Amino acid sequence: MSIFADRETRLVVQGITGRDGSFHTRQMIEYGTQVVAGVTPGKGGQQFDNRVPIFDTVEEAVLQSGANTSVIYVPPAFAADAMFEAADAGVEFIVCITEGVPVLDMTRVRPFVDEKGARLLGPNCPGLISSGKSKVGIIPGNITDPGPVGLVSRSGTLTYEVVAKLQGAGIGTTTCVGIGGDPINGTSFIDCLTAFEEDPETQAIVVIGEIGGTDEQDAARFVQENVTKPVVGFIAGQTAPPGRRMGHAGAIISGSSGTAEEKIQAFHDNGIGVAKRPLDVVGLIQEALG
Amino acid sequence: MNIHEYQAKEIFRQHGIPVPPGEVARTAEEAERMAHKFGGTVVVKAQVHSGGRGKAGGVKLARSPEEAGSHASKILGMHIKDLKVDKVLITPAEDIATEAYVGLIVDRASKRPVFMVSSEGGVDIEEVAATNPDAIRKLEVDPRYGLLPFQAYGLATALYDDLKQQRAAARIMTQLYDAFLESGASLAEINPLITTQSGDVKAIDAKMNIDDNELFRRAEIEELRDESSEDPSEVQAREAGLTFIKLDGNVGCCVNGAGLAMATMDLVKYYGGEPANFLDIGGSSNPEKVVSALRIITADPEVQVILFNIFGGITRCDDVANGIVAATRQIDISIPIVIRLTGTNEELAVEILQNAGFSALTDMDKAVERAVNFAKGEGQ
Repeated sequence: MSIFADRETRLVVQGITGRDGSFHTRQMIEYGTQVVAGVTPGKGGQQFDNRVPIFDTVEEAVLQSGANTSVIYVPPAFAADAMFEAADAGVEFIVCITEGVPVLDMTRVRPFVDEKGARLLGPNCPGLISSGKSKVGIIPGNITDPGPVGLVSRSGTLTYEVVAKLQGAGIGTTTCVGIGGDPINGTSFIDCLTAFEEDPETQAIVVIGEIGGTDEQDAARFVQENVTKPVVGFIAGQTAPPGRRMGHAGAIISGSSGTAEEKIQAFHDNGIGVAKRPLDVVGLIQEALG
Repeated sequence: MNIHEYQAKEIFRQHGIPVPPGEVARTAEEAERMAHKFGGTVVVKAQVHSGGRGKAGGVKLARSPEEAGSHASKILGMHIKDLKVDKVLITPAEDIATEAYVGLIVDRASKRPVFMVSSEGGVDIEEVAATNPDAIRKLEVDPRYGLLPFQAYGLATALYDDLKQQRAAARIMTQLYDAFLESGASLAEINPLITTQSGDVKAIDAKMNIDDNELFRRAEIEELRDESSEDPSEVQAREAGLTFIKLDGNVGCCVNGAGLAMATMDLVKYYGGEPANFLDIGGSSNPEKVVSALRIITADPEVQVILFNIFGGITRCDDVANGIVAATRQIDISIPIVIRLTGTNEELAVEILQNAGFSALTDMDKAVERAVNFAKGEGQ
């Protein structure tokens, strides 16, 4: 099994003819994802690579292709509207890859998406990969194989690092989810932990966090109260100085809150094994899997 | 992006918030002239992107133009939290009766703009939050409806009992919310919001932080950027499309992705070294970006070794390899470079590097350990 995406995923790509959209659409198709439609205003009626029909609007794409999931590769100026449009068209799962979406836009997108009953992943995230079934986003397909570990992370390349190290030790994954590094986004650590707990094939969970905010602390308490499966964690940013934004819009230590130390402590206090280095995740997971 | 107090006050004025007049001076003579123009007692305030200006001696009362000039000559050129002061704001002193706090932020937890107000103003609000949290009233604003009039009035009643002052404060809350939205702010703060002896309500300080992601659609705000108050290497990095933050160590780091960049810094520390910087070359890197990155890193005389850590996804390892080779032809680099590359086009990258006389590692830990050894002067 897997969470949020699987062989039943029917994907519409918003911004399919753009530079990133077209590159990653080919990668997703190669991986086996069912890409059933694309959207680029003005290009409705054309085909992408002679195989994927393009529509002017998401509404039309959903009506014609039965898409249930969308992935967004449009520039930041249009990303909020793309999320509104997908939710309004009845898409159940919306993955926004776009980096640089204004946070005030997200304060309006989030309640709209919630009211429509859709799930949002991102923005500013690498998407997700359900090993051997479907990938939605930009995570390289060759760095993980099917296996018993569920992984959720706030970052992109750090996720690849950890997943590849697990692969090197012969450990595969059910689903790897990158929730993104923005202060206001869709799917949270807790949403992923809930889904992994319910997924019968996931036997252990990796949580990769970073400085800024309190999502990791909330996740740690949730694990203590609601998760029966073993959870292993890693927190990036132990050497980050306060008050400086470390790349991600959300990765900033404000005052004395949001430090790596505080998050690592919260993990320890709630029974989550904490890896000192990305490499140490492997040993902790091997222990957890017995 | 941070903006100065005088710039935030100008935004406040444009939205109708009552703010005392003020002029910016860059020299003591200018300060004296402005103080003379305003007449009476003035305040000389350091304009610098840092809190705690008062405690650092960057805010002084002057009873005469001469005194304003002498305060300005001391404040101009001083350093507050490592930032040099090159501008002061001259503003008439107010006859303060009470001081309150008004703040507006985008709150991660509620995912909404949130007002925080307190009748205990003029002090460090984090301290009030820690010692007397009941003194702070909070309000989450639903961005779909904006700040409703009854909500603005409710906030004002937490500050004042007098109806006229309540109404004045409610109007300021609404104006502040508009200023916040129209500037693309992530924080707007009035500390303090005062009442004068004659009963007027005024904002005598102003702080705004702008969400960097808003700047593409707000050219008028981008123009407020003061590059003289930023680290020159950080300005250079931003212009090259890189995210760079200077730190105190000697291991120069060049990484793709913010999370991996932080983890790399942490691993440098784990192996006994100190990172010289945070540097994220971003997703779709091209060779020119790598050249810029190397220029910025090698400009820091403290740096003893350069560590590349690249996990190719969208970033292609061969692009990075080409950038390294190009940079070493353009810049004279006399310190060792340790390169770790893995992922997209890794084999191609290794070949490019080997042809240019570099070796590359694929393991992150080994690369970091080697870089730390170089930084300690132990070689290998």
